[in-house]
Amino acid sequence: MNRYALWKYLVIVAALVFGVLYTVPNFYGEAPAVQIASIKATVHADTSLLSQVELSLQRAGIAQLGTTLDTIGQNPTVRVRFADTDTQSRARDLLDRELNPDRTDPAYIIAPNLISSTPGWLQRIHALPMYLGLDLRGGVHFLMQVDLDEAINKRLQTIESDLRTLLRDKDVRHAGIRRDGERLEIRFRDSASRTQAHGVIHDAMSDLVLQDGGTEADPLLIAALTPAARTAVQDNALKQNITTLKNRINELGVAEPVIQQQGADRVVVELPGVQDTARAKNIIGRTATLEARLVDVSADGLAAVNGTVPPPFGSERFTIGRGTPVVLKKDVIFSGQQLQGAQATFDERQQAAVAVELNESAGRIMRQVTRENLKKPMAVVLFERGRGEVLTVATIQSEFGSRFQITGLGNAQTANDLALLLRAGALAAPMQIIEERLIGPSLGATNIESGFRSTEFGFAAISVFMILYYVVFGAVSVLALAINLMLLVALLSLLQATLTLPGIAAIAFTLGMAIDANVLINERIREELRKGTAPQQAIAQGYERAFATILDSNVTTLIAGVFLFMLGSGPVRGFAVVHVLGILTSIFSAVFISRGVVNLLYGSRRRLQSVPIGQIWRPSAAAGGAARG
Amino acid sequence: MEFFRIHRTIPFMRYALVFNVISLITFLTAVGFLAFRGLNLSIEFTGGTVMEVAFRAPANLEGIRSAIGATEKGEFQVQSFGSANDVLIRLPARAGFTSGQQAEQVFSALTAVPSAGEAPACAAVHADYAKFIQLPQAERSPEASAPLLNAQHQLAGQCTELRRVEYVGPQVGSELAQDGGVALLMVVLGIALYLAIRFEKKFSAAAIIANLHDVVLVIGMFAIFRWEFSLPVLAAVLAVLGYSVNESVIIFDRVREHFRTMRKASVVEVIDSAITATISRTIITHGATLTMTVTMLLFGGPALHNFALALTLGILFGVYSSVFVAAAIAKYLGVKRSDLVRPVKDERAVLQ
Repeated sequence: MNRYALWKYLVIVAALVFGVLYTVPNFYGEAPAVQIASIKATVHADTSLLSQVELSLQRAGIAQLGTTLDTIGQNPTVRVRFADTDTQSRARDLLDRELNPDRTDPAYIIAPNLISSTPGWLQRIHALPMYLGLDLRGGVHFLMQVDLDEAINKRLQTIESDLRTLLRDKDVRHAGIRRDGERLEIRFRDSASRTQAHGVIHDAMSDLVLQDGGTEADPLLIAALTPAARTAVQDNALKQNITTLKNRINELGVAEPVIQQQGADRVVVELPGVQDTARAKNIIGRTATLEARLVDVSADGLAAVNGTVPPPFGSERFTIGRGTPVVLKKDVIFSGQQLQGAQATFDERQQAAVAVELNESAGRIMRQVTRENLKKPMAVVLFERGRGEVLTVATIQSEFGSRFQITGLGNAQTANDLALLLRAGALAAPMQIIEERLIGPSLGATNIESGFRSTEFGFAAISVFMILYYVVFGAVSVLALAINLMLLVALLSLLQATLTLPGIAAIAFTLGMAIDANVLINERIREELRKGTAPQQAIAQGYERAFATILDSNVTTLIAGVFLFMLGSGPVRGFAVVHVLGILTSIFSAVFISRGVVNLLYGSRRRLQSVPIGQIWRPSAAAGGAARG
Repeated sequence: MEFFRIHRTIPFMRYALVFNVISLITFLTAVGFLAFRGLNLSIEFTGGTVMEVAFRAPANLEGIRSAIGATEKGEFQVQSFGSANDVLIRLPARAGFTSGQQAEQVFSALTAVPSAGEAPACAAVHADYAKFIQLPQAERSPEASAPLLNAQHQLAGQCTELRRVEYVGPQVGSELAQDGGVALLMVVLGIALYLAIRFEKKFSAAAIIANLHDVVLVIGMFAIFRWEFSLPVLAAVLAVLGYSVNESVIIFDRVREHFRTMRKASVVEVIDSAITATISRTIITHGATLTMTVTMLLFGGPALHNFALALTLGILFGVYSSVFVAAAIAKYLGVKRSDLVRPVKDERAVLQ
């Protein structure tokens, strides 16, 4: 009766193989590395950069332990591992010299970093070390509140001016437009023009819900954003802010930044390893500006392109990405603040394009400029840190106003990138830091050490007790507990769930609770033996009877864990994740695996005389009745 | 080896009344402290700034207080944290300051005069720091901060060091307090629902009351001794609530079983025999979990201290309440054999 079917053993073996594979990366430690990422919007790290880096290192005779190109993240990154920190810093200096020949305008950020020395074949099956939270590795954490009301406000301002233009273009007479909170009130002299306006606006602007108001003598049309449009404006604002933040943070050269939405209107930014909050805040809070300018196509302007003669008065020289120079006029046609939106789309010939929307005032200027400069090139420049970078140069094909398309972009990817860059130049809505945490690296190391030390000591103490008290069955329980720990670490590594200090505490606490199940089983077996049940029967009964109780006790703990996960954030969520996963692995290892081991040890012995589960004390015959229970 | 050699049923219920009076008194004391003195809530709930400063020699707390008092108007707290060298400073949120600024000012005030154990070169670094933090945010470029960071890096471990800063805006704090309350409520309701499905309603009520009693006692201890009540402590309280409720479940399971097997025994006898049968298991399993939490309390460092404390107290109160409170409440609620042993009752009805 105490035998497992073959498949059950196979499940156990599979679980053990999984556990070992995914736990092992945590023991490899980290190797010093240099990571190279682009800080320019138009330059990306790619395979050619990778080979350039390898060649440079080879020429300088610097030995490296492997290079990788990571294109999965937000910003493609080249990473090179080295044997020691000395080589790392030499390589960093060399690469900085070679990749950034122009010291005043670097294209790449070359940052020292630590990366896991897990072998490649393990990395390929996503076996990576656990992801440590900031409280364990040090770094800065910001929680930012995005002012979405301001995004709505901006949108309403645009709509207001668009309405004026629309009504003027369609010859609908009105007596003024007024903002009242989130509503726009359009006043009319008679209800006939209101009806006309209703039709015109309804056809042109699908984002608005219209409602009649006012009196017969003083008719009003009340326009408000539809709930869907309102949500869309807020979503876009938040997404744009996150994109902008990602772009800015990329240039900090942080190893694994976390930029995530939290709740409806918040953004979490976590920068592991960064110690300089002031600088981080400076970069996060920086305002980039976007400007559209005409290309100087005069003879002087064209002459200045190769840089031999200075650009003519009223013009400046820029480069497109890293390469082609271009001379632009200093007059600004429109700036980023006037940009309402930019979406990748397709033009009438099904070519990739970017649809740009400007506000009313910029649209008027645009109309005039395009009328006067047909078939001439225009450029969009992104200014950051006082340096401009040309994003695109396009030829004006026709006269247009606030809505136009940039075409001739080649493929959809380029169009997407450009739309993103146009949008990301500025923050869509103001942000405010509402939570800030700075954890020094030494503190992180201390936290890891004390967390693991207490887990080890607790584990050792429990093991000693279990083996003394339950002998062989105690040893089996300890084995199950160790497997539980391994499976838990493997799961955490696989899911890349963030391990925090409370998370380590949860590992310890879960181990304490997991041994519960084995104590329950062992006590039940003893009880059965006390009653005089035959050894094999007692083992089977003990496991079966204890199971209901084990399940019960874990359900209540699971309820607490799930609610903690749902309502917690940061470190508490770290606790909850480990807690919930730990309960699941503990049921599996304490019941399924320990039974498997016991079956393997005793299941095949037909004449089992006694069970090595420690001394079984039987109450004397006189008192037996009452204690039996 | 066997620890528990119990010859006969221990009459737990005979002492229950005494313990219940003690429970009631401590419960009311805890409620009183919670109501009138309140919890020493961490800045996660109240908003404000916490900074941990590592000195190179045992810190002079009085000196630190007066140095901070020169710039800080509000109520601030200074206490040693973990070791005599490490100091934890709590500052209330102050209007007109953005996040982190308060901590910068306080740290520069603390390092204005060289403190014991610092390398001589530190004074210059601290002076540079004081100058740097005067810069407005926009001028804190990488170029401006690089020399300072380099100097700090060179002297790492030799100077007074700002190890941690946490700033929480007031709006986040009040939300967290609310979320915490919701989490507590949901856990209690969830468990109550589970018990109601799993058991009879008198038992589920008894288990919930007993375990709420634990929660109130643990939180009450934090109020009485002014220990800091932080988010991880709340998590610990909730986790321990889920954990200790199952002790009551196990005892009630046995009560149900014994109602079935001991047909002639009275309710009190059944409860006593059920607790006696499970007591050895109760003590061993909780002993194992306690071993873990106590090692965490001893070796987990200051960051885990209150968390481990809440777990430890929660487990202790959990054992006590499962044995003496839960079953007693079930008894007072008038639990009967017929409440639990329904199938048997039906059988009898058929026989008659």
